[in-house]
Amino acid sequence: MSGSRKLVQDMVDAGIGFVTSVPCKQLKGVLEEIDASDRIRHVPANKEDEGMGLCAGAFLGGTRPCIIMQNTALGVTVNALATLIQYYHMPLPMLISYRGEVGEPVACQVEMAVHTKAILAQLNIQTYHFHRAQDAREFPGILRHTFMSSKPTAILTDATFWGEAQ
Amino acid sequence: MNRSEVIQSLLPVLRDELVVCNIGLPSQELHMMGDQPSNFYMLGTMGLASSIGLGLALVQEARVVAIDGDGSVLTNLGTLPTIANNVADNFTLFIVDNGSYGSTGDQPTYAGRKTSLARVAEACGCERVVECDAGQAAEALQDALESNRMTIIVCKCDPGNIPVPVIEKHPVTIRDRFIQAVRRANG
Repeated sequence: MSGSRKLVQDMVDAGIGFVTSVPCKQLKGVLEEIDASDRIRHVPANKEDEGMGLCAGAFLGGTRPCIIMQNTALGVTVNALATLIQYYHMPLPMLISYRGEVGEPVACQVEMAVHTKAILAQLNIQTYHFHRAQDAREFPGILRHTFMSSKPTAILTDATFWGEAQ
Repeated sequence: MNRSEVIQSLLPVLRDELVVCNIGLPSQELHMMGDQPSNFYMLGTMGLASSIGLGLALVQEARVVAIDGDGSVLTNLGTLPTIANNVADNFTLFIVDNGSYGSTGDQPTYAGRKTSLARVAEACGCERVVECDAGQAAEALQDALESNRMTIIVCKCDPGNIPVPVIEKHPVTIRDRFIQAVRRANG
């Protein structure tokens, strides 16, 4: 099973029924698996804070949500995380493409990579970094933890991970 | 009529409906005039009422009304293509368009100048868009709810505010009683 298919299977097994996304090329395979799944409703968003609103609505409606996005999006979602997801105590796993790490061809991506973990730490968001393919074994536990704690969590997936997980 | 008078006129139509209400004065006015467990008040996060409403409408069957403002829709203009392309016939987006950022002191918005949110919504692909005057607000909302079709209402009204207290309810209280109202609405 490909790394992408396993991650999406883990989402389904965790009861996630609603996914919103803003794409990243590292997450192309995940998004294709989500679109192929009849267990997950996929609503692409135009911006990640909009996506967090969609996820909040899905949660209020009784469906477990997940957002898929690039780490650059942390620059536009701080307010939505603090005043919506965290303030109302909502669970939200964020499956994040960690651009700007080793293997990155686009120099500008590094500019947000250097802030990524600092922003997440400032927001007190528990953060998990998938660097090797086997790190994805933690994903089911992270999802259970997210919904148990009713908080956002960040799962950072870097270029080395995706290089191994194909 | 200003926004508070529009919201007052909507109260009979909103009774027992699932309502997601925009940040600031709209939520404070709705809370003061017509609080009910099926109201979700946004205490922060400008612009996301329509997104929360759509997400809620897509995952369950009860009707959802999002009360938004022209300024907030302009803040999150990307919401309109998402709404248009993910049709939820149990969803009504009611935009109170007073042409101003009411909660921050009635600074003018572009919706009060050259920009027509109704035409923007249509251009985004929203199929049922209704523009109405403040005096027709309740009737337009009632029609939308009875149509069983996703509807965007742009209700033109005057700027201006009334004194209202802030909402002191805890966000988790608002969340929990709203979730229970959603469950009741779905039987």
